[in-house]
Amino acid sequence: MVYLSLTGVLFVLGLHGLFTARNLLRRLLSLNILTTSVFLLFVVMARLAEPLDNVPHAIVLTGIVITVSTTAVALALVVRIAGRMREEDVGAAADTRGDVE
Amino acid sequence: MIPETAGPVILFSLPLAAAITVFIRPRWSVPVTLGASGVLLAAAVWVVGVVLQQGAWRHDIGGWTAPLGIGWNVDGLSAALLLLTAAVGLAGAVFHASRPAPLATVRDPRFFWPLWLFLWGGLNALFLAADLFNVYVALELVSIASVGLIGLAGGSAQAAAWRYLLATLLGSTIYLFGVALLYGRYAALDLALLTDGVERDGVTAVAAALMTLGLLLKAAVFPLHFWLPAAHGRAPPAVSAVLSAVVIAAGYYLLVRLWFGPFAPLLGTGVATLLGLLGAAAVLWGGLLALLQRRLKMLIAYSTVSQFGYGLLVFPLAAAGAAHPAWTGAVTLVLAHGLAKAALFLAAGAIVLRHGIDRLEALGGDQRGATLAWVAFAIASASLVGLPPTGGFLGKWWLAQAALATGGYFWLAILMVGTGFTAAYLWRALQAAVRPGREAGIDPATLSAALGLAALSLALSAAALGLAAPVLGVLLDAGPGAPG
Repeated sequence: MVYLSLTGVLFVLGLHGLFTARNLLRRLLSLNILTTSVFLLFVVMARLAEPLDNVPHAIVLTGIVITVSTTAVALALVVRIAGRMREEDVGAAADTRGDVE
Repeated sequence: MIPETAGPVILFSLPLAAAITVFIRPRWSVPVTLGASGVLLAAAVWVVGVVLQQGAWRHDIGGWTAPLGIGWNVDGLSAALLLLTAAVGLAGAVFHASRPAPLATVRDPRFFWPLWLFLWGGLNALFLAADLFNVYVALELVSIASVGLIGLAGGSAQAAAWRYLLATLLGSTIYLFGVALLYGRYAALDLALLTDGVERDGVTAVAAALMTLGLLLKAAVFPLHFWLPAAHGRAPPAVSAVLSAVVIAAGYYLLVRLWFGPFAPLLGTGVATLLGLLGAAAVLWGGLLALLQRRLKMLIAYSTVSQFGYGLLVFPLAAAGAAHPAWTGAVTLVLAHGLAKAALFLAAGAIVLRHGIDRLEALGGDQRGATLAWVAFAIASASLVGLPPTGGFLGKWWLAQAALATGGYFWLAILMVGTGFTAAYLWRALQAAVRPGREAGIDPATLSAALGLAALSLALSAAALGLAAPVLGVLLDAGPGAPG
């Protein structure tokens, strides 16, 4: 039960961060927290099942691999955007809404 | 006799194999991609043929059956979308390969082709997937490839790619949350198993709501469409074409799969009306904004928001009792939209190359080098508006039949008003062609005719879809997804 509520807390925390953070990296981290909450939910489901269920573990493992890849892509994009904003016009980048701090 | 599974196996593995080959040997990229595209189109046609002949089938990979193993599901709906993907994929590849090299706006030519093929492979995997988690994996593959392709255009496209990345990852995470709840409740992920076992209770309702929300975000349904116009308007033309035509349709495909599959018992009037109202709002809002755009590609991008609104009208009409005509109509409309929209984006790409700018008022004047593209634009517009005998007309006709049969005059009115909007904004775009313009852009002689031809072949397919009505009807009826 504790873990189930933790799932909810992490989910809300991640959502909140994603919508309020201005910093690109913070938004990415919020998204990762969101994903982690879903993984936690899967693990809790596995623990609650009678007998213990191992399919959610496989799912979470796959999910972690996917999250690593998406995070890598996102980071590559952040590096490009940040680099471009540093060397070029900061004004044109204002519509990204996330800014480098 | 080749076994029926050869088609899906090719559709699944060839794009991935070709993507890796092209990444290792960039010099071979164009011939390998075009060759693979041809084979993929043939395989998709073949899969459609098999479905027409013997109906839907399911393939359990390695002989492992449902609860433990994973399966592929091929029915009329997935076969039709596989064919759409192949048609758009081939035309897009031809278009991209024949762009004049020095003007290419794509910054990293080395990465375009592998990402293109990965996107294609992801889409094929998605349309074949028979369980909720495989769908998630395929969705993420599609997202990553799309983000890369949008970002390749450089400049402001990177910001658009970033927003798209956040939106799409948020969408899939919310979707996965729903999947986790569903798994906790039923200990199954397979669509067919879930369809048999789902009951109406709180957990299922929450899961359905979350999964729907995630997919609505991915399908850019009003009011969750905020990320679409920038991403689709700023990407390279071939990428815009596949994103608008197929990637958005993938989100819609899953919505239909879920609500006419596992969640069918939950599809009460309330939920259906809510989805329908979202669709209606998308039709009107997208249409209005498309009318106000000053850039050709942005106009087409907003049109996507508007057109997918029609797709959601299937839910209220189906809940009112006209499931069959509404379903067939909506899917036909999505297919016709896919072909026509891809044609529009490719044509716009060729036109913008010719004039060097995509502001509507600058597109007039001398049209040498872009004539074919304008012809394609006009034919695709006719299908999008729904002039007979195009595919767009067929879809709208079936939807209208469903609305009339159930007395859904409100939905019929939305259909009509939306058509008016579509005609208006496409007319605005076509008007730009005949106005006197300034002389700019590049020498028409450097523009390959293949650019216009790629767009034209898609536009003609969209028009021909209307003539294929009987075949299409039979095809879409094949499978457990089709309501009786």
